[in-house]
Amino acid sequence: MSSATTTIAAGSEAPVYYEIDEHPHPEGHSTLLGFWIYLMSDCLIFAILFACYAVLGGNLAAGPGPKDLFDLNLIALNTAMLLFSSITYGFAMIAMQNKNLRHTQMWLAVTGLFGAAFLAIELYEFSHLIHIGATPQRSAFLSAFFTLVGTHGLHVTFGLVWLVTLIVQLGRHGLNPANQRRVACLSLFWHFLDVIWIGVFTFVYLMGML
Amino acid sequence: MTANAVVSTSAAEPSLLLGKLSWNSLPHDPIVLSTMVVVIIGGIGLFALVTRYKLWGYLWKEWFTTVDHKKIGIMYMILGLVMFLRGFADAIMMRLQQVMAFGGSEGYLNSHHYDQIFTAHGVIMIFFVAMPFITGLMNYVVPLQIGARDVSFPFLNNFSFWMTTSGAVLTMASLFVGEFAATGWLAYPPLSGISYSPSVGVDYYIWALQIAGVGTTLSGINLIVTILKMRAPGMGLMKMPIFTWTSLCANILIVASFPVLTAVLALLTLDRYVGTNFFTNDFGGSSMMYVNLIWIWGHPEVYILILPLFGVFSEVTSTFSGKKLFGYTSMVYATVVITILSYVVWLHHFFTMGSGASVNSFFGITTMVISIPTGAKLFNWLFTMYRGRIRYELPMMWTVAFMLTFTIGGMTGVLLAVPPADFVLHNSLFLIAHFHNVIIGGVLFGIFAAINYWWPKAFGFKLNQFWGKVSFWCWVPGFWVAFAPLYVLGLMGVTRRMRVFDDPSLQIWFAIAAVGAFMIAAGIAAMLIQFAVSIWKREELAETTGDPWNGRTLEWATSSPPADYNFAFTPRIHALDAWYDMKAAGVEHPADGYKDIHMPSNTGAGIILAGISTVCGFALVWHIWWLAGASFATLIATAIIHTFNYKRDFHIPAAEVAATEAKRARLLASAGA
Repeated sequence: MSSATTTIAAGSEAPVYYEIDEHPHPEGHSTLLGFWIYLMSDCLIFAILFACYAVLGGNLAAGPGPKDLFDLNLIALNTAMLLFSSITYGFAMIAMQNKNLRHTQMWLAVTGLFGAAFLAIELYEFSHLIHIGATPQRSAFLSAFFTLVGTHGLHVTFGLVWLVTLIVQLGRHGLNPANQRRVACLSLFWHFLDVIWIGVFTFVYLMGML
Repeated sequence: MTANAVVSTSAAEPSLLLGKLSWNSLPHDPIVLSTMVVVIIGGIGLFALVTRYKLWGYLWKEWFTTVDHKKIGIMYMILGLVMFLRGFADAIMMRLQQVMAFGGSEGYLNSHHYDQIFTAHGVIMIFFVAMPFITGLMNYVVPLQIGARDVSFPFLNNFSFWMTTSGAVLTMASLFVGEFAATGWLAYPPLSGISYSPSVGVDYYIWALQIAGVGTTLSGINLIVTILKMRAPGMGLMKMPIFTWTSLCANILIVASFPVLTAVLALLTLDRYVGTNFFTNDFGGSSMMYVNLIWIWGHPEVYILILPLFGVFSEVTSTFSGKKLFGYTSMVYATVVITILSYVVWLHHFFTMGSGASVNSFFGITTMVISIPTGAKLFNWLFTMYRGRIRYELPMMWTVAFMLTFTIGGMTGVLLAVPPADFVLHNSLFLIAHFHNVIIGGVLFGIFAAINYWWPKAFGFKLNQFWGKVSFWCWVPGFWVAFAPLYVLGLMGVTRRMRVFDDPSLQIWFAIAAVGAFMIAAGIAAMLIQFAVSIWKREELAETTGDPWNGRTLEWATSSPPADYNFAFTPRIHALDAWYDMKAAGVEHPADGYKDIHMPSNTGAGIILAGISTVCGFALVWHIWWLAGASFATLIATAIIHTFNYKRDFHIPAAEVAATEAKRARLLASAGA
């Protein structure tokens, strides 16, 4: 540790104590770090939901279990939709780096379509389960299942609302620094949801069918 | 002071327009009713005064919509103080009830009311007193200590504050409209489930904490990023003031634990609203899952509260001993170790759950291990004082009181960490005495030290010494008179949350505790008088140097109160105690060459969003579905509209900066500094 006072070597220049020439922090210079930390806090919410599923997932209460309910073909299709949407978001980022507004907007729109398809399939799955009596109220397993998968779905829904907003904002203000930051944040969010889904797919669906 | 029951839960079918809300929701209990009348009259009076003196515009422009971290910090402190009075009213009502309810007497509170009071007391003191106090302190002090002009996300800061306030408003509303939870402050299921708590109390609890939790999490993120990204040039991590270090660790704990609370409360919400079976007794639910999860948040929470105050005590000890902090590096490491260990001790809150000897041993040992870094801190403070020129000003007095009180609280904590001992003491008044010993002796004394320490910085005048000392001498002995009897009672096997007692030999201890509570009441009154007298005599107590205590860290380099922009020139840091270093080197503040300063603009979005959240929370509590849906949609729409505002900053012209700084220079010269 340095001592409380600075010793100045003889002959060296006096240390500067005030920045006379201001070097301003560029606006939004810490947004991405902040958004990362937010994502980690969100990740923790999913961690709790996964933990609940791990603990309660075997409590079927004499009701239907994963093998009776899950249709892996449907889930594979669903997963493909979400993974494609991540790829197309990547294309949007590339377009943004190439300063191509139209392409950015177009790829964001394509991403939104894949996301909407994912949600539609998920809603179909849920309505089917509820229709055959596998409701969230039926057992702790189903409570944990619907909550984990549903929370992910809610995040995707929120992402879609954001996506539409952003496309409009891009149309109004173009690729200004603020919008570029927003596109980058949503990109983090979108890929994050992909990572969570891979966990859901593996942990809930694949392992449930073992 | 919590509302009476909704007379009967089967009274009426929920209506489409008002949900479960009806005339029956208003209080019937004479105690609550009279409180409500007083509060309404007081509220009308306050409203009239503000209107009479035409202060609404001022409040709105200068305070409610501000993004200045200093003003937001002060608003947090005011929120904490107001809620502290409410939480203390609950405490004194409990003390009175327990001392009365002997020999067949039922006391003056029915069980339904009493159960709400101890729940509200815990919830308010933790979430709406301790949390606003520490968040307010960190908000005010951290940017100044690191030489920054504001936090990283100024709008978010304003929004966080109002969300916390929104939670407090919902909690207060439950006093008069409906009821609060009667479950204990952590609302364990199955008691908090819909079958055992069918009315709105638990729902108030849930939505108040969820809305406030949004604010807490966001302000945690904000302060972490601020500390990591906004430090003045030259301030490496190991040159950060110790309060900033402890704040960083506390905010990391916030971000890494509050989402757990959010998740577990959301699951309880689903159980209550949708009929899922996470924590129910049947269909495979597990209430012990809830207890585990809530303590995975709850234990880090107590370190969130205490760590920033450890920082305060470090700053105060060093300043008032006239020495640099002894063992800065070990202090930092001790803080980090506590941060990590706080995640692996949660199970000690329920050794009696039956996890088995090996699990209990693990958590017992980790709990005891925490006392090592904490002990290291205490020795560091003692060695800082050793051979220092100690000035027993008020902040230092509170610090010494903390050291004595907290050490004993820590030792009873280690005692509780021994699982076999805990089997005897679990849920007894010994536990109550223990955690009040550390929370009052640590958190509250620390806040009092901090208020006395930084008040001159925030307002430009010192606090009155006499009334401060009266408060101190009522508080500290009062604490011991109030809580030492609880240790005794706990050892005798008296459990917590009891409303009536049979054994007349216990009464004397409750009587002593009640005397202690009244001593504390006197301490609180003296503190309020201290504030009033100091504001009244602010000319005499004026502090023009900006550095009343011969401080060591950067906040003392600014004027008191600091200008909106904090620092006209960003300081460059060469040593740990940056301001002390500058004083030693005889650095002169540049007198010209000011530049335009880039600042964030005020915005009403935070208070508007939080207001809508309050309405939404209220509607959800009362099952007024149309209003819940409408307010939620409005909330989202307003948030989106806010993102369409791209103009969020302005520049303070160099001329204005020069004028402000010249005024300060004249003040300094007249003070002879």
